Amino acid sequence: MTVLNENTKTQTSAGQPRHPRPVRRPKKPLGTRAYKVFRVAALIAVVLFLVAPLFWMLLASLKTNVDIYDTAKSFIFSPTFENYANVLQRNNYFVFIFNSFWVAFVSTALSLVLGVPAAYAMSRFTMHRSALVVLMARVIPGVSLLVPWYYVFSNLKMVGGFEVLILSHMFVALPLIVYIMMSYFDSLPLELEESAQVDGLTPIGAFQRITLPLSVAGMATAGILSFIFSWNNFMFALVLSGSKTKTLPVAIFDFVSYASIDWGGLMAAATVVTIPIMIIALFTQKYIVSGMTAGATKG
Amino acid sequence: MSVMTPPRSAARNAGRAPGAREKFSDWANRHRKWLFAAPAMAFVGVLIIFPLAWTLYLSLTDSQGSVRAATEFIGLENYLTVLSDVERFWPAVGRTLTFTGIALVCEVALGMGIALLLWRPFRGEKWVRVAILLPLVATPVAVGMMWRLIFDPNIGFANQLLAAVGIPAQPWLSGQDTALGTTIFMDVWQWTPMVVLILLAGLTSLSEEPDEAARMDGANAFQRFFFITLPLMMPTVIVAILLRGIDALKTFDILYATKGKGGGSFHEVETLNVYAYGLSFDYNQYGLSSAVLILFFMIIIGSMWLLTMRKKAVSK
Repeated sequence: MTVLNENTKTQTSAGQPRHPRPVRRPKKPLGTRAYKVFRVAALIAVVLFLVAPLFWMLLASLKTNVDIYDTAKSFIFSPTFENYANVLQRNNYFVFIFNSFWVAFVSTALSLVLGVPAAYAMSRFTMHRSALVVLMARVIPGVSLLVPWYYVFSNLKMVGGFEVLILSHMFVALPLIVYIMMSYFDSLPLELEESAQVDGLTPIGAFQRITLPLSVAGMATAGILSFIFSWNNFMFALVLSGSKTKTLPVAIFDFVSYASIDWGGLMAAATVVTIPIMIIALFTQKYIVSGMTAGATKG
Repeated sequence: MSVMTPPRSAARNAGRAPGAREKFSDWANRHRKWLFAAPAMAFVGVLIIFPLAWTLYLSLTDSQGSVRAATEFIGLENYLTVLSDVERFWPAVGRTLTFTGIALVCEVALGMGIALLLWRPFRGEKWVRVAILLPLVATPVAVGMMWRLIFDPNIGFANQLLAAVGIPAQPWLSGQDTALGTTIFMDVWQWTPMVVLILLAGLTSLSEEPDEAARMDGANAFQRFFFITLPLMMPTVIVAILLRGIDALKTFDILYATKGKGGGSFHEVETLNVYAYGLSFDYNQYGLSSAVLILFFMIIIGSMWLLTMRKKAVSK
């Protein structure tokens, strides 16, 4: 083994100086000046289109309701944090924030525990049919599961508890995690595990000590995405949550069931829901992108 | 590394007599395939297969009011009722397909355009990528509320914008003819970024040679896109349509958040999913809603199957 190691070492150390970096041909200019101007303009338009509505929501959340109804004060107004104070204190949003966080966190963690080994087995043993069963969960309309779930869980006196919410969110998270991790394991070379097994590790040992540590990036991707999906989930919580376990999306929805809409408060509530998830997204951008595009580019 | 890691399990076992633990480890390793896969599959299986079977059963009964109420087996009557229902069911099918179809066309066309804009590196790329990510992760219900304010006929920014360019105010979400279009717009806003990301991943994995060769032969940018890039991208485009299409067919959050029960007082945005949800949880017509759901499920599976066939044909 040490011999082998030295071999690889000499190879790499000898290989580098022998092949100097090829001189890069200067790239041709992509297009005419007109195209460049068009491209910049188009990109600005795209960014505006995507960000402006969110900016508008933020502005409205900082206005009094009088200012919201005054179209002359679209952009110039004296900002107030009253809406946030109202939403957070009077409407108990801290409780909903905690509920959302707790449900998303536990369902993601449990789904990772179940999903990662499953994805590994499905990838290494090419269990396409089994994978299909798990992925079916992504296709089935959620409503068709809710009636039976509601019946069973209300008989078990579980509706309104955290357990049932977590279970239902795992149902969203698990297929996502299996899907992302399968494409991750597919791309991980088999040789590493094989050589670990030659070194005397059992197959499960090799999975534990070699594959898992190498898959941290993949698990981060899958975990972050499933957290976001759980945080954003509305339909399951709408039916299965109770007054004590209400999550943020349901809390926002309840906001408008009164006769007249408190727009300022509603926008503050909407901002409170979206801000944490956007902050997470900003810091984990790379992972989200790789998760969203997992498995998309191969046949 | 090789020096540092002696086979640990061997080291552990060397001290001990082969016992139950080793036997278990041996057994676990031999059956690791199912040991790993079974828990997840059992979880999904129990939560899917049982409810699906139940839904199928309910669709053959007159269950309503309470799930616990006595039900009678009525055969295919629910299906006949649903399939001959031109008031709610067929319009809902129409709306579901319209919503999905238009949203997908817009998202793929826009998504391809934006992906091409982002394809080659440029300064400030980072910021554009952040902007693309924001709608994607925003909570759909919150997004629905946001658009409700923007599209409010009296105080919304959308009509202010129209007024600035001299277009008369539109009813948007509150108009009987404009509501569905407005919700499609929201869907396009939120999910075009996902199509962009998928297509961009596809574009970056393309080899540059065909494009380069066509350029040498004097093809202009449009020719290169339509005859080189697009055909090569077709499999990725279909994956994007498949992933987005499944979710678009099942859209619920923004529709329910903006128009409420029954998709509005005239059912303007009542898609199959909203219809089935309403039947189940607003009107407690479990038998009927199960029949709608089974038919809906068949529509989803059918369209997925068609797309997968198409993908196979394209990939060849």
